[in-house]
Amino acid sequence: MIGTALHDLWGGFGVALELHNLMFCLLGVVVGNMVGVLPGMGPLATISILLPLTFGMKPVAAILMLGGVMYGAQYGGAICSILLNLPCHPPHAVTCLDGFPMTKQGRGGVALGLTVFASFVGASWGITEMIFLSPLLVRAALQFGPAEVCSLMLLGLLAGSTLARGSPLKGVAMTVVGLFLGSVGTDLETGSERFTFGMTELDDGIELIALALGLFGIAEFMSSVNQVAPINTKYTNVSFRDMRPSKAEMKQAFFPMWRGTIIGSLCSLIPGTGPTIASFVAYATEKKVSKHPEKFGTGLIEGVVCPEAATHSSVQGDFIPTMSLGIPGDAVMALLLGALMIQGIVPGPQLISQHPDIFWGLVASFWIGNIMLVLLNVPLIGIWVKMLAIPYKYLYPSAMFFVCIGVYAANNDFFQVGEVACIGLFGYVLLRLGFHPAPVLLGFVLGPRFEENFRRAMLISRGDITVFVQRPISAVFVALCVILIGSQIYFRLKGTKPPIEPSLQPHDTPPTAVAAEMRTPAE
Amino acid sequence: MRPSTSHLRELVGKRDFYAGGLMMLLGLGIALKGSSYRAGTLMHMGPGFLPTALGVLLVLLGIAIAAAGLSPSTDGHEEDQNILPEHPQWWAWFCILMSPVCFIFFGRYFGMIPATFSSVFIAAVGDKNSTWLSSLILAIVITVFGVALFSYFLQVPMPILTWRGEP
Repeated sequence: MIGTALHDLWGGFGVALELHNLMFCLLGVVVGNMVGVLPGMGPLATISILLPLTFGMKPVAAILMLGGVMYGAQYGGAICSILLNLPCHPPHAVTCLDGFPMTKQGRGGVALGLTVFASFVGASWGITEMIFLSPLLVRAALQFGPAEVCSLMLLGLLAGSTLARGSPLKGVAMTVVGLFLGSVGTDLETGSERFTFGMTELDDGIELIALALGLFGIAEFMSSVNQVAPINTKYTNVSFRDMRPSKAEMKQAFFPMWRGTIIGSLCSLIPGTGPTIASFVAYATEKKVSKHPEKFGTGLIEGVVCPEAATHSSVQGDFIPTMSLGIPGDAVMALLLGALMIQGIVPGPQLISQHPDIFWGLVASFWIGNIMLVLLNVPLIGIWVKMLAIPYKYLYPSAMFFVCIGVYAANNDFFQVGEVACIGLFGYVLLRLGFHPAPVLLGFVLGPRFEENFRRAMLISRGDITVFVQRPISAVFVALCVILIGSQIYFRLKGTKPPIEPSLQPHDTPPTAVAAEMRTPAE
Repeated sequence: MRPSTSHLRELVGKRDFYAGGLMMLLGLGIALKGSSYRAGTLMHMGPGFLPTALGVLLVLLGIAIAAAGLSPSTDGHEEDQNILPEHPQWWAWFCILMSPVCFIFFGRYFGMIPATFSSVFIAAVGDKNSTWLSSLILAIVITVFGVALFSYFLQVPMPILTWRGEP
């Protein structure tokens, strides 16, 4: 078992080290890092903007590049939160708490250096997990019939919407909206058109890119425009030499790093608990085990290293259900899965055996990409810091162009550009009404497959709905769903939030608003 | 929030009331439209089955969201109940939404250069710190860069410059 996994991994390195794959991986990492550094650009916006660039590529190169973009943007987000106190991406919100005070003490370089190192350790652990757990999971998943797949998807959707940020009810509502949007277009089984209102452009359904760019691009720009305060670049003079941590600092960071890594990987095993929860849990744990918890928030190395390691280990761990079961844990994974589907690859347990080059190439490229990031971030930090100073008034108009041309390039059709504008407006209304639009994407990507499997399960069972509780594996998933809903209702009635819910809730609101919330007492 | 005797009046001031209302409306629309497609039986489901079910579910969720707005905030921290942000940015919002519209219009009839220029320019004008000149310069820079990248490098099949859609 282990032997075959290592053998396949070897093949994966062969794929990832092919010159043009390596080039696209490097390109993805650099561009992802660059865009991720920009305030107000999280991995979701970055991936959706860069997604159109991959249409002309081969599937392997495309997914390698998008994977690189994703963790490149993750690294970039950490720079933004440590140096500017702006959590562009929710998982990095806790990093601000101790990272920014360190910057103010003139130790921002050390914080960045240690973050890069901790992220690498966390990611490596996550990748190792992926290598050995995915084949096991696939072996189990290949036994699944439509009923099992269906209830597993239900569990994934529920977990993704209730355990994420904000009110669970609103999260579930967003998932339902996503499922509905996924059903627009020609019905796969009967061929009849649904919700197209006579527009032939909608026959193929709503374009994934239009949805993603509308919700995470345009809606986000609308909520941040004129709200982003001018960036304080007082503390951003970080040079290469500042980044090297001393031996004592390395020693101080060692155990928190491993604790964060383990917490992150445990969180990634629970469906729906993404990097955000992992980083909050890691910070809280680190505070609890610390001998001097009162010093947290004043610039402790532990408070930076532990959540960052947890974030990266959990992000890599999230790839396990995404790639081996075809069930994404959060919106970023849903987007990557959607990108694979655009390339004509059917996600699911058969993916690893049918396209070993994609899976193992991706795994190998994670390592290569992470090493590239460590090497890049050290000398290029000066450039990233300069990028931070780009004002928002130049940023969002340029991004608007990328949104328009990207959506156009998907089908060479102007209709989709109109679609993205409408979705953007709708997304902004949702944001203002307190909805977090990320589960929409989850529902949208899983919707058609959910419907297909549900139909098949009903056909096999001759219309007997109890099939979901009669088959043992499916019954377990259904039971987990019930427990999930039950616990949400229980905590609601008791008037307390589930303990896993972070007390400091980052919102999708403009970065400045979050920054104001995150203001540390040291101010 | 001012104290009121009636639950309903209190509810109308809450954001969740509108959030729930929107979901109810959306759900109702989906369910009504969905039920016009053939529902079929549970064994042989028609195209209308899932959408109708989703619509009904969304209506129920909408009611629950609105009703949850009645109970005092249990989150501990008070969420802002305003639907509009503190400083509404009508002009900026208009500009951002006009940007794709301009892209469609100029792209269809005049080609990629005018489309790129107009979409960047109109979006840039929306920012309160921008001037006509800064927007102009930004639009020119992005046009040069964008056309080079997308037309020459990535070969997006859109004519660079045309007149009223004629090549």
